[in-house]
Formats: sequence, C-alpha cells, structure tokens
Amino acid sequence: MVNSLAHTELLRFTTAGSVDDGKSTLIGRLLYDSKSIFEDQYEAISQTSAKRGEEGVNLALLTDGLKAEREQGITIDVAYRYFATPKRKFIIADTPGHIQYTRNMVTGASTANVALILIDARKGVVEQTRRHAFIASLLQIPHLIVCINKMDLVDFSEEAYNKIKDDFSGFSHRLDVKDVEFIPMSALLGDNVVDRSSNMDWYGGSTLLYALENVHIGSDNNFIDCRLPVQTVIRPYSDAYHDYRGYAGRIAGGVFKKGDKITVLPSGFTSTIAKIDTYDGELEEAFPPMSVTLLLEDEIDISRGDMIVRENNQPDVSQDIEVMLCWFNERPLQPRGKYAIMHTTQEARCIIKDVRYRLDINTLHRDEENKEVRMNDICRVLLRTTAPLLTDPYRKNRITGSVILVDEQTNETVAAGMVI
Amino acid sequence: MTANYQLNHLRELESESIFVLREVAAQFENPVLLFSGGKDSILMVHLAVKAFYPAKIPFTLLHVDTGHNFQETIDYRDQLVERIGAKLIVGSVQEAIDSGMVREETGYNATRNYLQTAVLLDSLEKGKYDAALGGGRRDEEKARAKERFFSHRDEFGQWDPKNQRPELWNLFNGRKQYGEHFRVFPISNWTELDVWQYLAVEEVELPNLYFAHERKVFRRDGMLLAESEHLPRRPEEKLERMTVRCRTIGDITCTGVWESSAATLEDIIAEVSMARQTERGGRADDKRSETAMEDRKKQGYF
Ligand SMILES: Nc1nc2c(ncn2[C@@H]2O[C@H](COP(=O)(O)OP(=O)(O)O)[C@@H](O)[C@H]2O)c(=O)[nH]1
Ligand SMILES: [Mg+2]
Repeated sequence: MVNSLAHTELLRFTTAGSVDDGKSTLIGRLLYDSKSIFEDQYEAISQTSAKRGEEGVNLALLTDGLKAEREQGITIDVAYRYFATPKRKFIIADTPGHIQYTRNMVTGASTANVALILIDARKGVVEQTRRHAFIASLLQIPHLIVCINKMDLVDFSEEAYNKIKDDFSGFSHRLDVKDVEFIPMSALLGDNVVDRSSNMDWYGGSTLLYALENVHIGSDNNFIDCRLPVQTVIRPYSDAYHDYRGYAGRIAGGVFKKGDKITVLPSGFTSTIAKIDTYDGELEEAFPPMSVTLLLEDEIDISRGDMIVRENNQPDVSQDIEVMLCWFNERPLQPRGKYAIMHTTQEARCIIKDVRYRLDINTLHRDEENKEVRMNDICRVLLRTTAPLLTDPYRKNRITGSVILVDEQTNETVAAGMVI
Repeated sequence: MTANYQLNHLRELESESIFVLREVAAQFENPVLLFSGGKDSILMVHLAVKAFYPAKIPFTLLHVDTGHNFQETIDYRDQLVERIGAKLIVGSVQEAIDSGMVREETGYNATRNYLQTAVLLDSLEKGKYDAALGGGRRDEEKARAKERFFSHRDEFGQWDPKNQRPELWNLFNGRKQYGEHFRVFPISNWTELDVWQYLAVEEVELPNLYFAHERKVFRRDGMLLAESEHLPRRPEEKLERMTVRCRTIGDITCTGVWESSAATLEDIIAEVSMARQTERGGRADDKRSETAMEDRKKQGYF
C-alpha cells in the first residue's frame, strides 16, 4: 500500500472560464466520478440543492464554499480542491470569474502545471477565452487543456467542436503556449470527463481525467540553472554540532551535487559543497523542489536572501528590473510610487520608475498613451530596487523570475510581477 | 534530463511544508506552534523537527487545553515535548472559566470547544506571539478550502475571508501592523489520506486513540461518543462496549469515535481510502450549522 505510492506524482491545475461555462460543475464532476466525494458532503449539497428548489444535485455546490458565495450562487475567491487517483494526486485551484477575475486566475496560475480553459460550445471562443489563454501563457503554465463544454446543448456536433478548435488555434499560436489539447465534453452529464462519451464517437482523443493523469510534467521544473535562495541559517548551538552552519532553502533550479564548486551572491565568494544535509541523512544530489540544507567547505558569511549558484551559471544581478506586472489592488498603481518588493527569500524596496505600456489583454494592444494602471490591469514597468535582486527571466525560471509588490502602509500584496 | 528528478507527492508536500515552516522562522519574531495532540499537529511537529534539524525547533508549543481531554493525549504531548526539547505553554479553558473570562455552556450538548477561541486569543496576546502555526488542511472543510498559507488576522484575531491577500508562487507576505498576527498553515495542501500515508512511511509514533481499541461508547445524533465524566448522557443514551478508533482527536465532548478494527497504520490507510464520510463528519462542533466552521474561523478559531 505504502510502497505503491513511490510513483504518485503531484499535479496542480487551475480552471478558467467565463461565468456559467461550467467550471464548478466540471470540478464537482471530476470529484464525484473519481469517488473523491464523501457521503456527508454529498448529503449536505443534496439538502442545499433541495432547499433551493433545484432539480437533481447541484455538484457546483461542492466548490462554492463561503457563505456569501452560496447565498449569491457565485464563487468569489480562489478555493483549493483535492482528489487523487492511483497515478496522481491533484490540487485544483478553482478560480472564479467576475470582477476580481484576473487577480484570481493569476494567483491560481502561478503554481499550476496545467490550465483547463472552459468554453461553452454554444458560444464558442469569446473575448474571455482569449484573456484566459493569454494569462496562462503570461504565467507560463506549461500545459493547456481546452475543455469544450456543454456539448449536449449542440447535439454533440463534431462541426461545432472543430470550429472552436480552429478559432482557438487561430490566436493561440501567437501566444507563448507549447502544449495544447482539446476535449469535447459535458460536465453536467459526465461525457468525456472521467468516462468516455458514447455520444461522440467521432472524437478519438482522451478523456479529461486520462489527460490529467498522463500529461508529462517531469520537465516542468528547471533542472539546468542551479539556484538555492537561502531561507535561513541553521546553527544548532549544541555540543554535538558545535561548528555546524547549514544554509537551508528550497532548490529553485538545477541539480546541486556534493563537491560542486559554488558561488554565493551577491557577495561573490566561492566555495565547495561539503554536504547536502537532511533529517533523513546526507544526499548526493538535490533538485527542485526539494528542501535541503547545504554545508560548505569554507566559512563564509551567508544570510537569508543570498543565493547559492554554480560558478559558471549565474542569474542577473541588478537594481533595474523590467517586469510584467498584474495589478491587484483597488488603489491604482502610483507612477514613481514606492513599494516593498519580495523576490525569492529577499526583501527590498522599489520605485516604479516607468510604466512602459499598459496591455489590453483582449486585443494584446500595447497602450503607451493611457498608462493609468488599475485593478486587474497588466502592464510592463521598469523597477529600481534599493538592493540588487538576483533574478532570472520568468520564462526560464518561475521561482527566481517572480516578484510581488507590497503596499508599505497597508501591507497588502498589490501586484505580481514576472521578470522579462 | 532523465525522469529520476521527480519527487513523489508525499515528498513534494513535505518539501513545501518545510519551506513554509522555515519562512515562518525567518519572517516572524515570536512564532508559536498550536499543538492539539491530534495527528495534524503531530505531523506539523514532525515536519518542524525535519525543517530545522539538527537544531531544535524554533517554536514554542501552545496547547489550548479544554480540560476535557482524553488522558492519552496529555501523556503523548508531554512525552513529545520532552523528546524534542521544546517549550510548552498551556492555555487553560478551566482557568478562564474560573476567572470569569468565559462562561461555560450547560446542557447535554455543552462543549468547551467554543471557549477555546477566547483562550487562544488571550494566550497569543499574553505571549506576544506574532504568528501561530496551525495544522488546518484545506480538504477538511469548505471554509478552510479558501484559507491561505499565511493568513492575516486583525488586532481582534479575526479572519476576513473576503479580503485575503493574494498568495502567488512561493512568495509569502508576512508583513503586518503592530498588534496584528498571522495564522500559518504549513500542511494546507495535505489531505487526510496524505497525512496517514506519510505518518506510515515516516513511522511516526501516534497516540493509541487512533488505533482500534475497546471503549464504552454511546450514540447521539448519528455519532458515537466516548463515555466520559465530562459528557452527561440523556436517560435513553445507553453505554455499549465497542471496538472503535478516533479519526481526529479534539475535545472529548465533541469528538466522535468510529467503529473500526484498524490496528495498524496500514489498516488505517486502507480504511481512509475507502471511507465514505469526511473525518469532520464526526465532529459535533461542525454540525451546528452549515457555516459553523466559517463563523468560528472569522472570530479567531484555529
Ligand atoms: N447542459 C449543460 N449544462 C451545464 C454543463 N456544465 C454546466 N452546466 C450548467 O451551467 C450552469 C453554470 O454552471 P457552473 O458550474 O456554476 O458554472 P461556473 O460559473 O463556471 O462555475 C449550471 O446551471 C450548470 O448546471 C453541461 O455540460 N451541459
Ligand atoms: Mg462557479
């Protein structure tokens, strides 16, 4: 039982779609058909469905958690759902539509391996679809699955499916997405979600669950450029470990090996990895996303926010950083405003030196005239930081290439940024 | 790159939790770990030991004690604290009742569970703790599904679910104003099954209550409750001897037990994989209303 787990991988995915495209129903269906729903949960939602006078059990209620949401019948915040098959464990970031949409989708997308983009087969590709696909590409989600839903309402028509597929491909090739798959389905009836549909013999592809279980995620992490942002220094202050000085952190990129020559940034000191330590013993090598502790041959001054890298493969060290920003806060971006900036384990302050352009995410038009950036807007900016940050382009590494901005008065997270 | 550079899901969850625990140690001045004696807080302590090995864990343990415990929980707690060399603080609900800070419920369904919130907030304030690590998991309950890893609390200890900070990548914003604090949930992404599987793989020792044992129990509202001096029975509630185990361990007055013959962690895993009820299905405190958990959390509950 326990041994069979050795091969169970973790896959994180996010859902995107306009209001009423069927996101909640689809997730409910996945959970229900994969037998991840418990009797008491099912009973609770059947009671609620009956109370509201709905016919049948509304599977969408499974994901609509907060009181306000259930009262209004909408989803207002990112909710996380879990289910597992013998092959994989899944974490779903269920991100709602409505006003806060960009903010929620960006949040859910930031850690996702896969994005499900829902399209209502009756409506086809709409403005929102383009927006979702763009955000998925901006956040560099490695795999897209386009779920063409409500096929039952278009007589399971192959033509309708092909038209949507062509429309989507027509604009998605302009985006930075590598892996796209299309699946016709009915979330309400369960066609092609977990079980194969008998209504669409013309479709030769896989069901959604099969696709989720088999999409190749082994190379979603960066295994090339060695990066260890130091979180904390471990000093036991005990007799047994008198001289122990371990640099603890989660590997953000590359494969570190015992004996490797390393450089510490920003100081530039060099040393050799003496030991890769964990509670369970020493390791020969460490790779993302492992949390480990490195011990070095030489005593050098290292603290939180420093980064351990390979001598001949270093990130950019700079105080001037070009970033794509998603603005999250009701208070608009203040040109030349000062914010706290968090990057890996480092914190600094920054000033927004220039807004290069504001992006219209429906048309991808770069607006260099009206550069007022409000909530849910996306823009390109130049930041000047108080201390050098150790960054990689986001395309190369989602961990060392991402930042958040924090309002220094309210402490709210006001923006997420991707280094260009 | 070859396929070998892939962690299985338990190791990936472990690594994520260790990352969060280290962030807490680095970002806060005076963090405390809420220890209930249940499997989730046992897991959290185990992960904390791993995160800071070979140093001691940099967190004080805080147990909010309702005074209505299973004795096994207290014994286990004291042994654990001694083994890892941590400091333990007990926030006593009994003392809070005696001093008049809170008033006890009466009647058959009386529970001290709600009183815990006041005692917890009081203990956090007295200790000047700026972060409290909790073993809450998002799969437990629908309100918890929206909880962040780093969850901001205002100066009254309240949670505002509609106004949470967005949490992206692994950048955790722990900045706060004076007097505010954070609840941090390092095992947010674990499911009940993950927890059991991991505890089995790691061979973590657990209180006997989690394994099948004989106990006098009685039925109430479709649940089985353990006989206890703290739990008055109605005349029609007859005691039976049954082989049962706990799926969660909380206050004895509202923790249901389950008929089970699971004697080992492997048995438990098999049972949990087949289970048709959530573990919280056995908690009377969640049954009071459809949004019982959300309402309690807003007020500052765990
Ligand atoms: N006929 C049909 N209706 C669907 C399908 N999927 C969802 N719906 C219905 O569409 C409505 C909106 O679904 P919901 O899941 O709440 O959408 P969300 O806003 O994207 O979460 C509900 O009335 C669903 O029952 C489908 O495949 N076929
Ligand atoms: Mg919904």
